[in-house]
Amino acid sequence: MTDQPLASTPASPPAGQPATPMAREIIARGSLLQDAKNVSVPLKAAGAVAGLVFLTVNAAIAYIVIDGRLDGEWYDFRDLGNAMARLRAELDDTSAGPWLSYWVTGLIGGVGILSFLGGFLLIGSWIERRMLARFQIRVGPDRVGPFGLLQPLADALKLMQKEVLTPIGADKALFLLPPVLVFIPAMLAWGPMPWAPNMSYLDINVGLLYVISITSLSVLAIWMAGWSSNNHYALLGAMRTVAMMVSYEIPISLSLIVVVLLTGSLNLGEIVAWQGEHNVWLGALLPFAMFTFFFSSTAEINRTPNDIAEAESEIVAGFHTEYSGMKAGLFLAVELGNALLVGALLATFFLGGYTAFGLEEWIPPYLILAAKAGFGYFLFIWLRGTLPRFKIDQLMNFAWKYLIPLSIANVLIVAVEASIAARWDVEGIFIYGSFAIVNLALTVFAVRAWAKVIGYTPDLEHPVGPRFASKIGGLEAAREIQGGT
Amino acid sequence: MESTGVVVAFYVLSGLTILSALSVFLMRNMVHSLVFLVSVFLGMAGLFVTLSADFIAVAQILIYAGAISVLLVFAVMLTPLASRDNANSLYVGPGVILGGAIAAIVVFTAIDVEWNQLTGVALEERGFVSTIEMIGEQLLGRYVLAFEVASVLLLFALLGAIVLVTNRDEDDETADGDADEAATTGVAEDTV
Repeated sequence: MTDQPLASTPASPPAGQPATPMAREIIARGSLLQDAKNVSVPLKAAGAVAGLVFLTVNAAIAYIVIDGRLDGEWYDFRDLGNAMARLRAELDDTSAGPWLSYWVTGLIGGVGILSFLGGFLLIGSWIERRMLARFQIRVGPDRVGPFGLLQPLADALKLMQKEVLTPIGADKALFLLPPVLVFIPAMLAWGPMPWAPNMSYLDINVGLLYVISITSLSVLAIWMAGWSSNNHYALLGAMRTVAMMVSYEIPISLSLIVVVLLTGSLNLGEIVAWQGEHNVWLGALLPFAMFTFFFSSTAEINRTPNDIAEAESEIVAGFHTEYSGMKAGLFLAVELGNALLVGALLATFFLGGYTAFGLEEWIPPYLILAAKAGFGYFLFIWLRGTLPRFKIDQLMNFAWKYLIPLSIANVLIVAVEASIAARWDVEGIFIYGSFAIVNLALTVFAVRAWAKVIGYTPDLEHPVGPRFASKIGGLEAAREIQGGT
Repeated sequence: MESTGVVVAFYVLSGLTILSALSVFLMRNMVHSLVFLVSVFLGMAGLFVTLSADFIAVAQILIYAGAISVLLVFAVMLTPLASRDNANSLYVGPGVILGGAIAAIVVFTAIDVEWNQLTGVALEERGFVSTIEMIGEQLLGRYVLAFEVASVLLLFALLGAIVLVTNRDEDDETADGDADEAATTGVAEDTV
């Protein structure tokens, strides 16, 4: 069955009559909405009462837990971070020792992050498929549940039912591990994300370095998956991924160094607090760094302009070609989760994190961060619906010849600016406003100049004759086949 | 002084690290050795965390588990399949001697040095802010010479890599010449 509604077929069936038996069956099946309408009134009333009771109980629990039963102050749901800090202080005061507060807050924070991520995984693939369909003037999944909302659930159930195969000749132990290992960095990298003031799971001083280092770990899991599969396509995809990730980690690190230079902190919470304090988004000050981070991240997480690691049309599915069932599902889920993670990191570093020019006083800050992360995710979908895929040589050239030199120049410029900002005692809006204008102008100028110096010239890049083939006598054989001398 | 959690973490992590380190040279397959080597790096990072050395721990993950291991991946994948066997090596004897010497140095240092153990208030009295700031000040203050020497060395390594992979004109000419030779001698005529 396609996604298209079976409306009109050229065979001209009688009016009001479905064209095929299957269409008849589908129409007779009835929708969820009709089922909902057919429910009897007492049952509806009972359901409404039960729902209300459920909501009331929840509100009461929230009131007791979050509200100021702890010290008499009122905390509403905007102040989840401060409520947590208060809770931790209370737990520290008890005689049980620090382990109790670590356990309780760790449990709450971990469950919170996991449920946010799990909720996104449930809805994310539906969002992506529907939006892509919009871009490509299709309908997208719209059959399972209202608007097709239950499609990811159905997909997951289908994947769980499928048999998990291990190919003959595969390295069994190494084949088993990667779907699990690839999940670990994707989860851990959420740790230092600041959701609100006082609300981050790992409030560490080396947060930015931690994020870079943890995300670089997934390379190994991907390589293990590709190598152990005993499949050429898988190995090719894995080696492509490894080469690409190693190359693009450098621009990412350079673009984040710039952030550190300006804000003077590696702590993600302090970076966001700096942006909130100066009422400026770093993306406006550092447009080139933001572009570099965003573009390089697409390479890191295999999104479309750079998804050669699993280019379907070239090497089947890349490193997870041989994985079936829920193992492949785990890889896909990690891909989705990483897209949201990069969106959240982009928001944290360059788009002001949980701050939004004072709006965070009225809206819960974590919702602002979630919205910005969702915006980043939308950007990825947009790119996927718009851009074609790069070739591997274009991709490597872009990283090494364009992004890295320009990023180094960017680091130099921003270092000068940071020292100016540290020495001059001028009103922030003037100095940062001028920086924004200067940086934008410099970025445009530098990119144009650099592109003129080493523009992409395909004639020089491609060899004129087959070098390796001629070495091993392939040229002669080819001439013979062609009927030449 | 230490809470039970730190002690338990220390034993678990050191057990993991030592077992993985043993597996690195007990595994017959080079790829498995590599995976265990990464596990050693991660275990070391965990040990650094238990010592409150957060910057060192993260740098360990970033440099060793993230970068060095990828280098080793390339090294292993680019070697021929036949040599991808960890069975025996010429360097077992010297390796054992060298390893023993390094272990002896480390143990001797650990026993000989009088370690300063400062926590909480005592640390703050000495002007300790956070590990990363202290490391930065030391690197660009007292040890700036070593820092500069290391960066110059890395720059040379980078330039050397670029020089090695640069496609020189002479190479192209010789490659073309070889192709012409192959075409003129016509080795392939006898075959097929």
